[in-house]
Amino acid sequence: MTIAADATSPTANRPGSVVCEGNEAAAIGVGLARPDVVAVYPITPQSSLVEHLSQMIADGRLKASLMNVEGEHAVLCGLQGVALAGGRTFTATCGPGIAFMFEPYVRTPGLRLPMVAALVTRDLLSPQCVWGGQQDAMVVREAGWIQMYCETVQEILDTTVMAYKIAEHRDVMLPVNVCHDGNYLSFGVTRVELPEQEAVDEFLGPPATNWHIALDPLRPMGVDPLTGGAGGVGPRSFVRYRKGQCRGMQNALRVIREVHAAWGELSGRYHAPLVEEYRLDDADYALVTIGSMTGAAKDAVDLARDSGEAVGLIKIKTLRPFPLQAMACALAKVNRIGVVDRSVSFGWNCGPVYQETLGALYHCGKSIPALSFIGGLAGADITVEHFARAIALTCEAQFSRAPREPVWLNEND
Amino acid sequence: MQRQSRDLFDASTIPNDLAPIATVLSGMLPGDWRSLRPLIDRLKCVKCGLCWLYCPVQCVIEKPRWFDFDLAVCKGCGVCAQECPHRAISMVEETGR
Repeated sequence: MTIAADATSPTANRPGSVVCEGNEAAAIGVGLARPDVVAVYPITPQSSLVEHLSQMIADGRLKASLMNVEGEHAVLCGLQGVALAGGRTFTATCGPGIAFMFEPYVRTPGLRLPMVAALVTRDLLSPQCVWGGQQDAMVVREAGWIQMYCETVQEILDTTVMAYKIAEHRDVMLPVNVCHDGNYLSFGVTRVELPEQEAVDEFLGPPATNWHIALDPLRPMGVDPLTGGAGGVGPRSFVRYRKGQCRGMQNALRVIREVHAAWGELSGRYHAPLVEEYRLDDADYALVTIGSMTGAAKDAVDLARDSGEAVGLIKIKTLRPFPLQAMACALAKVNRIGVVDRSVSFGWNCGPVYQETLGALYHCGKSIPALSFIGGLAGADITVEHFARAIALTCEAQFSRAPREPVWLNEND
Repeated sequence: MQRQSRDLFDASTIPNDLAPIATVLSGMLPGDWRSLRPLIDRLKCVKCGLCWLYCPVQCVIEKPRWFDFDLAVCKGCGVCAQECPHRAISMVEETGR
């Protein structure tokens, strides 16, 4: 057992590992990144994350200013000012909270502010619901934020620290949402290994958030001037900025891989950065999963393997930017897929990750049987038995060009 | 109309496709987008000062025997012409660009 030497760090007087819930793991990760300002508004199932951070600041284990503001809109507006002034920031929200945050939320990536925000995913209203689901994150997936979905409590802590390095990389300069499933990860308690504060300090370096856009009397500039119009220099500049934003997203695919590799060397924990392939090399067909459901899905794959089924699994960690190359590479190995979503695409009558997977299949030049499964809405458990059913249906899937109905896994629970 | 602008600092090291910023200072004076210009009839002006009071952008300038307008600032709203009790101000179309 080792004790962190720095008495003011979030891991001070704690052993090298603790048993904690996902929200506390996120708070520890934030503390290790030493943000200058934390602005938060509590909302289920994110609230305990806020409580852990508040306690850390009250105890002096995190030297950050805590802004208690009147709502999520003010949270992000305030933090934009902090980032523009050169500070490192953090916030966390979910569900109706991100709905209220939406206006400054969509503006943040265009301003290229490298913020980190936890999205403790929750299903959206209505029906009235405070439980987990990924509908909130899926709704905002075209807002321009990087989205990484965690599978385990440990991965929340590690990804939160890594998120700062990814966001602040000069080739990226984009905000990052670290998504973890409400209820299952937010309140799920496991053992978590704690990195040393000194190692994280060296890993991240000092914040670099406003070298390119700033509120700075020494470099007076207009932040976000009117850019557009019917023709000429206005819309031409707009295109240039949009293209730059897309380039930042594509650069992030490389940077996310590099940062995960560097974190692996530092911590000994190598998380799959973009897409994880599980028992896929000799698989005939596979499930595609995202987030914490993957644990049960891997168990179901193991059980099916035990009974001779050639099934594997593809887990998406990074959904934005979409890891097209990694996904195409994984999909090339199988002949049938079943995609399990924890949210709904109302426009396509299927799961959103299913729709994205079909897009990736086009780039492999493949037309293969593909099924959409929707489960785990409003906090429902997707059990090993649900996944066993998904595996059996995927195994029997036939190719069809006609649109299919999704399979609602919890419909008859 | 004359455009006056100047660089605020050396921004050449910041990529121009990153974040939307303006590093050139422009006064953005209302005179840039005026479509009507006030014209004063010096013989009619009695320097009562009503145009000076009413002007929403404070562009009325005092001369020894009449009031005139700073056309870099005047946005051409015509409030002065409407309020002038001696009908000394008329609005004419801006054709100078």
